[in-house]
Amino acid sequence: MTLFSSRLSALFTVLAALLVLFIAWPLVRTVISSQPAVTWETLLEAEVRNAILLTFYSSAWATVIAFVTGVPLAYLLARTDFPGKRWIEGIVDVPVVVPHSAAGIALLLVFGRRSFLGRTFGRMGLRFVSAVPGIVIAMLFVSLSFLVDAAREGFESVDPRLERVARTLGASPWQTFWRVSFPLARRSILSGMILMWARGLSEFGAVVILAYHPMIAPVLLFERFQSLGLDYATPVAAIIVIICLLTFVALRFVAQERE
Amino acid sequence: MGLRGRLQTLRTLHTAHRQRPTQGPAALQIQDLHVDLEEFHLEAINLEIAAGEYFVLLGPTGAGKTVLLETVAGLLTPLRGHIVVDGNDITETPPERRGSGFVYQDYALFPHLNVADNIAFGLRLNRHLPGDAVERRVTEMACLLSIHHLLHRSPNTLSGGERQRVALARALVMEPAVLLLDEPLSSLDPETRTGLQRELSRIHRQLKTTMLHVTHDFQEAVTLADRIGLLHQGRIVQVGTPEDIFRRPANPFVARFVGARNLLVGELVETTEAGHRRFETHELDIAVASDLLGQAHASIRPEDIFISTEPVRTDPRNCYQGSIARIADRGSLVYVTVDVPPAFVCAITRYSLEQMGLQPGMPVYVTFKPSAVHVF
Repeated sequence: MTLFSSRLSALFTVLAALLVLFIAWPLVRTVISSQPAVTWETLLEAEVRNAILLTFYSSAWATVIAFVTGVPLAYLLARTDFPGKRWIEGIVDVPVVVPHSAAGIALLLVFGRRSFLGRTFGRMGLRFVSAVPGIVIAMLFVSLSFLVDAAREGFESVDPRLERVARTLGASPWQTFWRVSFPLARRSILSGMILMWARGLSEFGAVVILAYHPMIAPVLLFERFQSLGLDYATPVAAIIVIICLLTFVALRFVAQERE
Repeated sequence: MGLRGRLQTLRTLHTAHRQRPTQGPAALQIQDLHVDLEEFHLEAINLEIAAGEYFVLLGPTGAGKTVLLETVAGLLTPLRGHIVVDGNDITETPPERRGSGFVYQDYALFPHLNVADNIAFGLRLNRHLPGDAVERRVTEMACLLSIHHLLHRSPNTLSGGERQRVALARALVMEPAVLLLDEPLSSLDPETRTGLQRELSRIHRQLKTTMLHVTHDFQEAVTLADRIGLLHQGRIVQVGTPEDIFRRPANPFVARFVGARNLLVGELVETTEAGHRRFETHELDIAVASDLLGQAHASIRPEDIFISTEPVRTDPRNCYQGSIARIADRGSLVYVTVDVPPAFVCAITRYSLEQMGLQPGMPVYVTFKPSAVHVF
């Protein structure tokens, strides 16, 4: 720490501590302000439990869809050069900067009941508005960037010569992908999936526009706060925060294992 | 003895030294190959490599050596031209069906697999090969390369030399029609490099695999090659035995790249003094500092040879009389060729040249220390 004078170091420590406290204190406050017994009781309510399970389930589906389509996209972005590649990279990251309520409106315009896609899927019995598929696509839209970016980084860190050597050893492009590229990028992809899933769990804005019902946990929290007030909303908030923290710890665990 | 006779002797010595045939049916033919990448290009490459031959492609960095290897392996598509292996045109064949092995400079071992699984990678892609056969072949190959004790290690824990042995084993276990080696020794420290160089020679003798090895290291090329091809700016400028190329460089580039190194072929003979040997060439006996014996190459850097008009009589220096054949001005240094014979190229400063008033045809003495002679 010879770089810093002790005064500078003290000042920076205080400023940094303020920011860390700003994040940590509200979260801790939420968890401790709700009595464990009340939290437990809230968790036993069918409505709360269903909302939480629906959130997990929808976000998991969104992650699976992003895995099937996003891993190939990430591989293409990492390994090939094509005109307009930078545009594609930009588009993948746009959901991060668009207000999520606006994303909800955008999805509604394309997947709504009167839209072409909405009607087409409707004929196949797949409804988006006020239905689980709507929740899934809302979560998918706002969180896919996390998976695609992580997977792309993972593929980029694989030395292309490993793939070339695999080809000279008799592996087809398909075998090379599954035996070399994918296993080597696996941890990045896995951590991208966890991050995406966690981001999907916490989505509110886009989901609430496409599907207020059936209620996912963040929407339920919003409704309890609106109609019943802070005291009823806090235990739900506490449960959501605890779950998100646990997910986050799992993510860090995976990331650390990578090193 | 005239130049022709001397060359003949050198060639005989060379062949005796290798004791392997360089003639045979062509295992690899490269015909009129053109490759165009943004940074590198290859033009009108024509090569024929005999079955079992050790062919070294020599050239400076950026000459397009790796591009040529990757094109032969099918990893790059040529603009035009043909690649023929054992009589079959494989220009359009995907890399996995070409049967060519590839070894990269920095090994490219699969980090998620242990040594045994790295070596078995290619064999396991063949579903008809039973597991115990895979294991047997992996073990055999590991024994051949003396890495048997490393089979369960992760590649990350190995030294450079060990890694390159694993990479070699992984390629060789597939019994490739041609083994392509891309600067396989360049990342290694000098001691490991010499060791592995000897290993490559031994493995080649034992397995008789056709090898195409690229390097920028002249010594490496001379030590390993049956024949050398010189690549310069995307073109092959000369092909021949090491001595051919050294004695009769096709153009000034080749002469600069390999010529001014005073390469000698001969035999190391024991002397009474420990650590010293007599290096007997056809024309001269030279005192050298070495522990090796038998057939060898020697080279003396032009800067290490001292020219004088009077003999230098301090033992145990090598001092020979000759006459100046050529004086070549290369900017800061002047290269003086003194025919003893053989011809020695010496690098001196312009100042020394003027001081001694050197002229072509003048009798002079060349002197160098035994330790200045590099034996390999």
